[in-house]
Amino acid sequence: MALYSEKVMDHFLHPRNVGVIEDADGVGEVGNAKCGDIMKIYLKIDNDIITDVKFETFGCGSAIASSSMATEMIKGKPVSEALELTNKAVAEALDGLPAHKMHCSVLAEEAIKNALEDYQSKQKK
Amino acid sequence: MIYADNAATTKMSQASIDKMLSLMNDTYGNPSSLYRFGQKAKEELELARETVASIIGAEPREILFTSGGSEADNQAIRSVALLGKAQGRNHIISTKFEHHAVLHTLDKLEKEGFEITLLDVHEDGLVRPEEVEAAITDKTALVTIMYANNEIGTIQPIAEIGKICREKKVLFHTDAVQAIGHLPINVIEQNIDLLSASGHKFHGPKGTGFLYAKKGIKLSNLIEGGAQERGKRAGTENVPGIAAMAVALKEAVDNMPETAKAIAAKRDRLIAGLSEIEHSALNGDRTKRLPSNVNFCFEGIEGESLLLLLDEKGIAASSGSACTSGSLDPSHVLLAIGRVHDVAHGSLRLSLGEDITDEDIDYMINSVKEVVTYLRSFSPIWRDLVAGKKQFIL
Repeated sequence: MALYSEKVMDHFLHPRNVGVIEDADGVGEVGNAKCGDIMKIYLKIDNDIITDVKFETFGCGSAIASSSMATEMIKGKPVSEALELTNKAVAEALDGLPAHKMHCSVLAEEAIKNALEDYQSKQKK
Repeated sequence: MIYADNAATTKMSQASIDKMLSLMNDTYGNPSSLYRFGQKAKEELELARETVASIIGAEPREILFTSGGSEADNQAIRSVALLGKAQGRNHIISTKFEHHAVLHTLDKLEKEGFEITLLDVHEDGLVRPEEVEAAITDKTALVTIMYANNEIGTIQPIAEIGKICREKKVLFHTDAVQAIGHLPINVIEQNIDLLSASGHKFHGPKGTGFLYAKKGIKLSNLIEGGAQERGKRAGTENVPGIAAMAVALKEAVDNMPETAKAIAAKRDRLIAGLSEIEHSALNGDRTKRLPSNVNFCFEGIEGESLLLLLDEKGIAASSGSACTSGSLDPSHVLLAIGRVHDVAHGSLRLSLGEDITDEDIDYMINSVKEVVTYLRSFSPIWRDLVAGKKQFIL
């Protein structure tokens, strides 16, 4: 049996939404280099709809796959819906992650919430 | 596939496979049985013991066959600890970058009341004999230092350490799992009292190994039962495996002068090629390393994704990143030579086999360059480093 599901490998080998949005409306970064995982999410939001999303990740295969899947899941969605994204949903969409890799999906959820919070705090100003 | 993980395990040699099959087919008797068919197996067992013993300069009775390197390490350290305890000696000296078979055994002994000193291995991954000498006290029962490191391949000054231990009348054990069959070893010349070896690291079968213990050192059992192995290791002997291991070791040692030179040339070509990658560094001393070992850190990337992408390109390699070690921390070996976490996560070990070609080396260099560049292209750490928001470490 392979280390990861086919879905994980697909998103790891062909990550969606890789890159940077220079004039992002919200940016979130979680993790640290010491632990070996950093995820950075960039959001473009128009009328409360996430019109574009990009990510950069330093981390293992499942971290990259989780970032890719999570960005796919929130693209085109209203902010309120994106805020409800859970790590479990990300892991399930990837057809599961090994137990010791579940924290990668947690990081993806946190990175997106972090970026959405950044967007909301900017809105209030 | 290019198999570049020979420090993890090696392919069995054809001679070793042939020996194993022939014994499984034709000599399956129990060596403890008294009839001829059993005694034939006993002969094979003792022939293997003589072969192994003569290769390292030992006597056959000083060789105890085990299931592998880990068992040999456990039994060597446990036995000497018990001997020490009986004499009121409760101090053991080792290093920070030993294999876990040694480190975890020492952890347990520490909980049982032993005092453990783990020596520094410095940035070059080499133990300093004078630091071994300085650490020895009248309570020291054992010095256990690996012959060559399994991750970074650095070769320790074993003969010098052995001499010091002999002068200080302290027993000296070396985990030679990575060295035997690849480097010349003589337990008398090098003053080695105990030595652990594993069959599958030199083209023998898995599940085989041996412990050399100088005569007069009383071993204690890890496995109780029958009187096999002079009563020190119960259980019917793995005769086909043991005989096949001896064949593989003999073959490796006979060919050593040529193969070591040829592999070292390939290693140097690989090191030169990978050194061209910016913000990378070789781990471990440049010259005092196994002929087969290459180990690099690449800043801004993580090792597991590097391995998976190399696997896609048909290269089997290894890394000391946390994700591959199964813990939150990266390799204790890389931390021991002073690599910080951020950098240690981006490590790659390529351990070469005898059949590697220059074309393979060049393909690996190009593949690693490509993958490192790709992973850096969307690494937030790399972006910060390039933008000057963070300082490069390498």
